[in-house]
Amino acid sequence: MKKYINNIWLGIYTVLVGMKITIIHLFAKNVTVQYPNKHPLEKASGDKMPMNARNRIFVDMDLCNGCNGCARACPVNCITVQTLKVVPGDAPPLKNGEKRGLWVPSYTLDFAKCCFCGLCIDPCPTEAIKMTTEFEYSAYDRKDLFYKFSTMTDEEIQQKKELLANFQAEKAKKEAEAKKAADAAKAAEAPKPETGELKIDN
Amino acid sequence: MGETKKVEFEYSQIDSERMRLNVGPQHPSTHGVLRLEVELDGEIVTEVIPHIGYLHRCFEKHCEKMTYPQVIPYIDRMDYICAMNNEWPYVMGIEKLMGIEVPEKVEYIRVIFAELNRIANHQIAIATFGLDAGAFTPFLYLFRDREFILSIFEKASGGRLLYNYYWVGGLAADVHKEFKEDVLSIVKQVRETNKEIADLLLYNKIFIERVANVGILPADVAISYGCSGPVARGSGLAFDLRKDAPYSIYDRFDFDVVTGHGEVGTVGDCFDRNIVRFHEMEQSCRIIEQAIEQMPMDGDVREKLPKKIRPPKGEIYTKAENPKGELGFYIVSNGTDKPERIKSRGTSFVNLSVLPEISKGYLFADLIMILGSVDIVLGEVDR
Amino acid sequence: MEQQILTLYDWIVKLSSSNLIALIVVITLPLVFLMVYALVAILGELKISAFIQERLGPMRTGPWGIIQPVAEVVKLLQKEDITPDAANKPLFNMAPFLMFTAAYAGFAVIPFSSHFVPAGINLGLFYIFAMGSLAVIGLVMGGWASNNKYSLLGALRSVAQIISYEIPAAIVILTIVVLASSMNLQVINANQGGWFWNWYLFGGPGTAWKLIIIPVTFSMFLLYLVASLAETNRTPFDIPEGESELVAGYHTEYSGMKFAMFFFAEYANMFVVAALISILFFGGWNSPFGDFMNGPIWGVFWFISKSFVFVFVQIWLRWTLPRLRVDQLMGVTWKVMTPIAFICFFAIGLWLMFN
Ligand code: SF4
Ligand code: SF4
Repeated sequence: MKKYINNIWLGIYTVLVGMKITIIHLFAKNVTVQYPNKHPLEKASGDKMPMNARNRIFVDMDLCNGCNGCARACPVNCITVQTLKVVPGDAPPLKNGEKRGLWVPSYTLDFAKCCFCGLCIDPCPTEAIKMTTEFEYSAYDRKDLFYKFSTMTDEEIQQKKELLANFQAEKAKKEAEAKKAADAAKAAEAPKPETGELKIDN
Repeated sequence: MGETKKVEFEYSQIDSERMRLNVGPQHPSTHGVLRLEVELDGEIVTEVIPHIGYLHRCFEKHCEKMTYPQVIPYIDRMDYICAMNNEWPYVMGIEKLMGIEVPEKVEYIRVIFAELNRIANHQIAIATFGLDAGAFTPFLYLFRDREFILSIFEKASGGRLLYNYYWVGGLAADVHKEFKEDVLSIVKQVRETNKEIADLLLYNKIFIERVANVGILPADVAISYGCSGPVARGSGLAFDLRKDAPYSIYDRFDFDVVTGHGEVGTVGDCFDRNIVRFHEMEQSCRIIEQAIEQMPMDGDVREKLPKKIRPPKGEIYTKAENPKGELGFYIVSNGTDKPERIKSRGTSFVNLSVLPEISKGYLFADLIMILGSVDIVLGEVDR
Repeated sequence: MEQQILTLYDWIVKLSSSNLIALIVVITLPLVFLMVYALVAILGELKISAFIQERLGPMRTGPWGIIQPVAEVVKLLQKEDITPDAANKPLFNMAPFLMFTAAYAGFAVIPFSSHFVPAGINLGLFYIFAMGSLAVIGLVMGGWASNNKYSLLGALRSVAQIISYEIPAAIVILTIVVLASSMNLQVINANQGGWFWNWYLFGGPGTAWKLIIIPVTFSMFLLYLVASLAETNRTPFDIPEGESELVAGYHTEYSGMKFAMFFFAEYANMFVVAALISILFFGGWNSPFGDFMNGPIWGVFWFISKSFVFVFVQIWLRWTLPRLRVDQLMGVTWKVMTPIAFICFFAIGLWLMFN
C-alpha cells in the first residue's frame, strides 16, 4: 500500500518537475536562428566559422605547380590534374617566386564526390589548394559542382602545346642530329676500336 | 454425475494467430536502416530477426585499395556519431607497427577529444532513447549541447561530424589558443544540462516505468555474446578498456568505471544501460578536467607525422574503448603503403547481436526501447 | 430550464421571425469557431513546442509564421488522396468523417455563454460522453480498413485505451452530477456563479464546511485531466499513434484531406475536453470575480479563455512527457484511477448525505 501511494506521488511529482523545467524553457532565449535571413555567423555569441573549417575547396592556379600530389592523396579520386611541360624561359614564376616547371592546362575537381577529408591540402608543396570557410555552395545541377580551376584558355593551351611540340621536335631533332653525329663518329671509328689502357672510375 | 471435469486453462494454450511485422528499414525508431522482422503474438514479441546490410559500403575490402592515411576518412564514416574515437585505435595500430612515439601534447589532445566525443555520443544515445519513449524535448536540449562540442571539434579539425583529425603520428592540426577555456565551459554546460535531463527525463516516473525491468541482459549472456561498453557495464560487468588495458595515457587519470546496479529494477535492464551512459558523461568530464590541467600548451602536434606511411611487414590488433564498447582494428601490413587487410571489430554490430536474445517475451513497445538502449549506429553495423 | 432566459436562438428568431435562419446560425457558429480555433491551436502547438525546445518554430509564412496553419491546411488539401489497394474502401473513406462528426457533435451542447448554447438539452453531459465514445468507432474503422498492421495495432490499442479511460472519467463526471444534481451543462455552469470559490474545483457553492471536500474535488480534477488526455490520445497517452512504435498508428495510411480530418478531430476533441474541464471545475462562462466582467458576452470570453488554458496544458504536457506503455496505461486506469474515482464518489456522496 505504501508503495502504491508512493508510486502515485512520484508519478505526480516528477511530472510536475518536468513541467516546471519546460515552462522555464518556454520563456528562455531561442538558440536557433532563422538561417538565410539571419546568418549563423552573425550570431550574437560571437560564434565565428573557424578559419580551418573544411568547406568549399579553392585552388590558386598561380600557385599550383602541377605536382599531382593532391590527386594522389585524395581517397575518392575526385581531382584530376593534367600537366604540360614548360618550355624553358616561357613561363612566369609561381606566385611564391618558385620556378614553374609545368603548365596545368586542366585541373578539375568533382566537388560532388568530395568527402571533405582534407587530405589533399597536406601534400601540396605550394599551398595552392585550400579549403575555404565558404559553405553555401549548393547547386541545382551536378555540373555546377564540377569545378574547373585552370585559368588557361584553349588558345593558350594550344599555343603552349605547339610551343612544347616545337621545342620537343627541335630538341628531338637536335638529339637526333647529335645522335647522328655521334653515330657517324662512331661509325667512322667503328673499324678501329679504341684501344688503350683500361680506365676505372673511382 | 458426480464427476466434474476440471478444465485446465492456460493462456499459452489459446491458439492465436501470430503476426509478422516488418519494422524498418524506414521506421522512425530503428536508428537508421535496420530492418527487424518481428513476430508478434498480440502485442507480445515472440521472435526478432534483425536484417542488416542496408548501409553496407564494403569498408574492409575498400581499405585494401587505399593508402593508410586515406583509410581514416572511411573509418570516420563507420560510427559517425563518435568519429574521433573510431580513428584512435586505427592510428594507434599503425603507430605501434611503425614504432612511432607520439608527443605528449598529442596524447592529451587525443584524450580530451575522445572524451568529448564520448559525451557527444552519450548525449545522442540518451536523446534518441528518450525519443523512442516519446519525449521529444530532452532530445533537442541534448542536441543543443552537442553542437557546442562539435564547434570545438570544428575549430580544431575543420569538420563537424567527420573529422579526419587523428593522423598517424600526430594530429591534423593544432588546437586553437583558447582551447582550454572553451573545453572547460563546455564541461560546465554539459553538467548543467545533465542535471536538467535527469529531472526531465531519466528520473521521470513514466520513463522509469517504461525502462525498468525491460530487456534484462544477464551478465553471463552479455559475456557470451561479446557485448562491451555500456551494454556490458549496464549488466554489472566492470569492463572498460581504459582501465583494464590502459592505452595511451589513461593510466594517469582518476575516474570510475560506472556499472549498472539495478537502481530501479533488475540489473541489466534498459534503465541500467542508459544510466551507465549518463554517469559516464560525468566521468568523462572528470577526465577532461584532469587532462586540461596537465596538458602542455606548447609543442608541435605535427612534428612526428611521417612523410611516407609504410609500416613494416606484420600484423597488429589494437583496441580502444569506443563510447559504444570495444572497437578493434586488425591490421595486416605487407610493407607497402597500402594495407593488406583491415578487419574491424564493430562495436554496434556485436552489441546488436544480443537483441533477439533479450527482447523475446516483451511487448512491442519494449522492443523499441530495448533497441534504443543498445545504442547502435547502422554505419558501423553494416560497415 | 426553469428560468426562461433569452438565448441567442430565441433572439434570432425574434429578429428574423424565421426558425430556419436561427437554426442555421446556431449550427454554423460552432463550426466557424471550431475552424478558427483549430488554426489557432495548430499554431499554438507549433509555437509552444518550438519555444519549449528553444527553437523559433515556423517563421516563413506571414509575420512570425502566424499563417502557417493555413498553409498546412492548404498543403493537405492539395495532396493526393491515396486509398491503399488492399483497403476496405467504404470504411476507409468513412472513418475520418465519422471521427470529425463525433468530435463536432460534441460541440452541440457546449454552453459558450449563458445565452448561447447550440442545443440546451437536459442530458448534455451524457450526450458529450456518448459522442466521445463514438470516436472510437471511427478509430477502429480507420485502423482496420487500412489493412496495415501498424494501423491495426494502433486501432486496437486505442479501443482498449479509450474504453477503459471512460470509466474513471464517467465516475468523476457522475460525482459532479451528484454535486450539481443536474446533467444540464447550463445548470452546472449557473450553479457555479459568483466568485471563484464557488467553482466545483473548490467544492461548489456552499458553507465553509465544503473545505473538507476540497482535496476530493482537486483529485477529481486531476483524475479527469488525466482521463481526458487519454481520451484525446495526447501524450503521455498517445500510444495509439506513438510514432516511435507504430509510425502513425491508426492514421498511417491516410493522406490529404482525410488526414486533415483526423487532425481536426484531434484538435476538436482537445477543445471539447478542455471545455468540459472548464465547465465542470472552473465555472465555465462565469467570471471568477463575482459581477466583475460578468454577462453573456463576457461569458464567451471567460469560457474560451478558460478552455484555452487547458488546451495549453495539454500541449505543455505533450512536450514534456514520454509516453506510457500499453499495459501500464491499462494499469494506471484500472489500478489507480478507477479506485480513486470511486473513493471520491463515495466521499462526495457521504458529504452530501451529512450536509
Ligand atoms: S577534401 Fe578529400 S575528398 Fe575532397 S578533394 Fe580533398 S582529398 Fe579529395
Ligand atoms: S598538390 Fe598543390 S601544387 Fe600539386 S597539383 Fe595539387 S594543388 Fe597543384
